[in-house]
Amino acid sequence: MDLSFSPQEQAFRAEVRSFVESAIPDDIRRKTQTGEALTKDEYVAWQRALNGRGWMAPGWPVEFGGTGWTVVQRHIFEEELALGWAPRQIPFGVSMVAPVIIHFGNAAQKAHYLPRILDSTDWWCQGYSEPGSGSDLASLSTRAVRDGDHYVVSGAKTWITLAQFANMIFCLVRTDPAAKKQEGISFLLIDMTSPGVSVRPIVTIDGGREINEVFFDEVRVPVENLVGREGQGWTAAKFLLEYERNGTAGVAGSGQLLDRLKAFAAHQRSGATTLLEQPDFAQKVASVEIELTALSYAQLRALAAESAGSSPGPESSFIKITGTEIQQKITELMLEAAAYGGLAPSNGSAAWYFNFRKVSIYAGSNEIQRNIIAKRILGL
Amino acid sequence: MDFSLTQEQTLIRDSALRFVADEYGFAARTALAQSTDGFSREHWKTFAELGWLGIGLPEERGGFAGTPVETMLLMEAFGTGLVLEPFVASVVLGGGALAHGASSSEHFDLLRAMVEGDVLLTLAYAEPDGRFDPAAVVTRARSDGADLVITGKKVAVPFGAAADHFVVSLRTGDSNGDSKGIALAVIDARSGGIARNDYTTIDGLRASDITFDGVRVPRAALLDAPGLELLERVLDDGIAAICAEAVGVMATMQRVTVDYLKTRKQFGVSIGSFQALQHRAVDMLIQLELARSMEIFAAMMLRSAGSTAERRRALSAAKVQVSRSGRYVGQQAIQLHGAIGMTDEYMVGHYFKRMSAIELSFGDVDYHLKRYVALTDARPRVDLPSAGMTQTAEIL
Repeated sequence: MDLSFSPQEQAFRAEVRSFVESAIPDDIRRKTQTGEALTKDEYVAWQRALNGRGWMAPGWPVEFGGTGWTVVQRHIFEEELALGWAPRQIPFGVSMVAPVIIHFGNAAQKAHYLPRILDSTDWWCQGYSEPGSGSDLASLSTRAVRDGDHYVVSGAKTWITLAQFANMIFCLVRTDPAAKKQEGISFLLIDMTSPGVSVRPIVTIDGGREINEVFFDEVRVPVENLVGREGQGWTAAKFLLEYERNGTAGVAGSGQLLDRLKAFAAHQRSGATTLLEQPDFAQKVASVEIELTALSYAQLRALAAESAGSSPGPESSFIKITGTEIQQKITELMLEAAAYGGLAPSNGSAAWYFNFRKVSIYAGSNEIQRNIIAKRILGL
Repeated sequence: MDFSLTQEQTLIRDSALRFVADEYGFAARTALAQSTDGFSREHWKTFAELGWLGIGLPEERGGFAGTPVETMLLMEAFGTGLVLEPFVASVVLGGGALAHGASSSEHFDLLRAMVEGDVLLTLAYAEPDGRFDPAAVVTRARSDGADLVITGKKVAVPFGAAADHFVVSLRTGDSNGDSKGIALAVIDARSGGIARNDYTTIDGLRASDITFDGVRVPRAALLDAPGLELLERVLDDGIAAICAEAVGVMATMQRVTVDYLKTRKQFGVSIGSFQALQHRAVDMLIQLELARSMEIFAAMMLRSAGSTAERRRALSAAKVQVSRSGRYVGQQAIQLHGAIGMTDEYMVGHYFKRMSAIELSFGDVDYHLKRYVALTDARPRVDLPSAGMTQTAEIL
């Protein structure tokens, strides 16, 4: 047992750090520091820089463009990206649909889609939830009816992050209404430019415009866009959700949030000192920081176990719960730090607080995660 | 970075777990707790034979050159059975002070005798008005020729009645509350002028409040190392040890509670089928896992921290997390058991009480949060414009 980094790991860290320093343009770094929204072009520029270095998809098998890194290297990589204020990785392509295609897809799908994710030709979004199907995802009713070489898809998907940037959407659709509800679901890749697809933006309580509703009105989707077998969609969905949960813990991202909070609090005057120097506020910050330290080692332990086994297990549910609770504590402190300043929308701190209420809801609400752990780990 | 155990470490863990399984059934533990010493001298001999009493101590001091990981594994196993033997007092604290701070052959001999099981040591550092601050030393050592004359009071000295020698923090300098002018001395428990008030603590362990009234010892009783630095190092070792013990305590409460949820029936079903209780049980597991991460972190940082300040900050972080996790797990263990959890004859309450005592040992959450903040560089890593935060663009 040894938590220190080997000389090779330290050298790797230095290599990543120097890449991050040189590869991120100053204006993009400034935006990620302040949290300002990046444009699609800015995200794509960063992804292409990563891809140019061969680091777009570290978690993939090497034959498809992965790096073959150890879990520790991947941890270092993510830590250095966050420390260097790299833009956040957009997960939908590289770490959500790609593992499904690699695991369940056929050779033609791998050959077609994976390179397009690596070079950012495609921007993916995720079509899971529906207006009538949230936590009970398996009750989804978007229909895909086979018609010759096509499926004809009708229905609505909702809460779709950055659908406005996307040209591709992966969807859970019902292919067999007669089957038991989980067994009638299939995993389908849909071109957003197809006739019959429309996108409606949804404004969230923080004023943000990151989520959307996507409607399908008799959209014709080629049969070759089915991933895995018909009726295997639920298995693929569960497989993907475990990756998603690990990603949504955002341990490295919480470090960024904490840095942002500290920087903000260092500018808040309180009498003769700054808020950050006030013992009661400093202790609140310290409390979250300590919990984040505990979570980061818990995640490393889970990753180490995962590298010994296979795909992430139910432990990812626990990482998701704690990670999102920490994010919410940090953003609560942002609003607290603002005092009266927080009332003005231009201050922005309330927007962080409001926006981050989502994290305990998405990717399977934290209550659903607790159900999963109770059943699969505790056996209750 | 590597979380796996060596073969030797696995053997140590397994033998400790076997010892607990064989010797620490609830009834056996209860009987031992009520015995004169409050622990078993027989078990202590076994510890010596198994090499546990020198496990984390350096080889040149008669120890077995283990790392803090071996101590961690032993302590976690001890926690699962609420082991009563004075391992922390004698090995981690008393033995640690000698191993890191002694330079005389007399003290090395004493350490060797402790490792062999012939002598019990303990640490007397806390004072009535000092709360958890190791620098709050009012107990004074006055020079008188070749001797020191010691006057003052120490509280909550673990296993003070059984100990043969006390390692005592003393003020040798002039002003009280100063971080300098503190030394550690090894004092024979039978010295004249020592009065003890012995008691059983809330968790069934033993402690003493000890008054030193003009106790005369030779100057050679002093350890050479700077006193406060040595004391803080030893206390950090103690924190790591009880964090590991706490994980064993919590893990047992968590396991027993889940078992209870599966077997206890009300309304015609097992109560574990109720979602409100399931979620509580899940949160217990989460807190246990967070504590386990900090248990490992604490053990590692004892050796691998880049500086003393970094080590102290890490150990404070561990103590905060483990205490908070332990409070949650303990309270929920009682609550989910219902009234049976309140009874003295059922095991879970005793684990809860041990966890509560661990919370208070070597500094509580408030103390360590303050220490953590004091050791944290307050400058933010990045300077942002003062105007405010920018509207979020965070996604997923």
